[in-house]
Amino acid sequence: MSVKLGVPSKGRLMEKTFDWFRERGIVLGRAGSDREYAGRVEGIDGVELVLLSAGEIPRELTEGRIHLGVTGTDLIREKLAGWDLRVEELAELGFGHADLVMAVPGCWVDVDTLDDLDAAASAFRERHGFRMRIATKYHRLVRDFLRDHGVADYQLVDSQGATEGVVKNETAEAIADITSTGETLRANHLKILSDGLILKSQATLFRSRRVEMSDADRAVLKDLTARLRVD
Amino acid sequence: MPVWQGHTPEARARVRACAARLRAGFEAAGAAPVECPILLPAATLLDLYGEDIRARAYVTSDALRGEQMMRPDFTVPVVEMHMAGGAEPARYTYAGEVFRRQEEDEARANEYLQVGVEIFDGSDPAAADAEVFALVRAATGGMQLRAATGDIGILMAAVGGLRTSAPRKAALMRHIWRPRRFRALLDRFAGRSEVPASRASLLAAADPFAGAGPDIGLRSRVEVEARIEALRADAGTPPISEREVALIDAVLSVRETLPYALENLRDIAVDMPAISEAVAGLAARAEALEARGIDTAALDFEAAYGRTHMEYYDGFVFGLYAGTRPDLPPVATGGRYDALTRVLGRRAGRPDGIPAVGGVVRPGLMVELGGAA
Repeated sequence: MSVKLGVPSKGRLMEKTFDWFRERGIVLGRAGSDREYAGRVEGIDGVELVLLSAGEIPRELTEGRIHLGVTGTDLIREKLAGWDLRVEELAELGFGHADLVMAVPGCWVDVDTLDDLDAAASAFRERHGFRMRIATKYHRLVRDFLRDHGVADYQLVDSQGATEGVVKNETAEAIADITSTGETLRANHLKILSDGLILKSQATLFRSRRVEMSDADRAVLKDLTARLRVD
Repeated sequence: MPVWQGHTPEARARVRACAARLRAGFEAAGAAPVECPILLPAATLLDLYGEDIRARAYVTSDALRGEQMMRPDFTVPVVEMHMAGGAEPARYTYAGEVFRRQEEDEARANEYLQVGVEIFDGSDPAAADAEVFALVRAATGGMQLRAATGDIGILMAAVGGLRTSAPRKAALMRHIWRPRRFRALLDRFAGRSEVPASRASLLAAADPFAGAGPDIGLRSRVEVEARIEALRADAGTPPISEREVALIDAVLSVRETLPYALENLRDIAVDMPAISEAVAGLAARAEALEARGIDTAALDFEAAYGRTHMEYYDGFVFGLYAGTRPDLPPVATGGRYDALTRVLGRRAGRPDGIPAVGGVVRPGLMVELGGAA
């Protein structure tokens, strides 16, 4: 057995994760070609690198198939109910910053707060005969947030990408999406509600609380977290 | 032996037997047995409860019928079935599985048997309320359950009687079942909380649309203008008086045994005559309960009971709890849901709804508590 570390398999998130580990003396990399998803680890024995889609890492952690995993806080909280019983946050890695926010068209000059959104949703339903549509891929986080704030008369519609465009296409009236600079929102004539911050997310190293470990694994994990200075 | 949710085959058989006995009891009291599908069209439930229902019910789908929900309770299908052909007065009973999605607590069952009785009879609401309560109480008789009761209709009457604008009353009424938003609105309307800066500057602006960007989306300029007009009208509406807010608070804090609660509410009604009729209804229900042999002096009454978890219950509400096991959900719950039948009735051509009251029992909990014998 070995301690399995799950890391996003593509793009900037992977590169930055590799950098973060390298700064702490652990070298991660792809085993063979750029297209191969097997990984290699130098600088410590008994650790295996598993390259995965960032969206699958929460599930792999909660199923106990990997011991450690790097992914966004947003994905952990969206996908895992009772997330803090399933995983432990070891370290925020300082990149991959993104905020999950509620945004509405800039032309809705009457809507600046959730209170306004709720009132607008009520009037919208009366006029159009259906609930105001909010496009998102973060169904659970958005629903919990809106319920906690007492917003009613809305419905969530699924949007897995290019969410900023749905309002113009009239498939939704508002959105809840990840943004880092707000640039794409502005370009699509959307504005963030002043109390519409649902979650601040960044790339984070998580430890599974649900994984079975041998004594040898435990020793490796202890050594690794000490070297990463996250113990 | 592997067991499912704590059920050995023997324990399961006891739960089923208990369910059959409960249903037979309701039948003997004059209710007609009915069956309902497990898979319900999602649209009806979504229309009623909005997005929140997705956190409570399991959703599935196929290409032919679209989205469906696994029955989270029997009330909706029984009302729909009745509206499609039943005549009043009617009494129904049913027994079957319900399914509740659990996202917080793994210890809570996500499927269990429920046995219920529903009465559609508007001739004497107080008597029908008492009948359901007495039936459910008798069904769980001998278990020493603590009864909690309430009446959301009193708070609704209090809101209806406020001396303020119709839109403000409608906004409060819309959030009767969401206490946090209700409180925030009440504070705003009473002038207790500050007007948000963004709203103040919107109303002060010469051109509210300056720099707003292009018109996009289905919500049109006309709708935005209409809301600005509504905000202007609201800004010119005098605040709800401190005295009236105090009376709403007084109603919400009533928590006594039924006879004392009634006395307390009658005192409040002197200053707030709008609740008199609802309080008279509570008194009539107390009498009807006594006539059914319920000792109302031992019955707890809380004006705010059921407010957070029984949306559309707009009158009598109750729950029966095992005092020794505060970790368990109530063994039985019920109440009056005229508001729900009005919403469902819109589609069925009966916008006035049907006066309806019902209650459900969980035989699984009765067996667990040793009260199913």
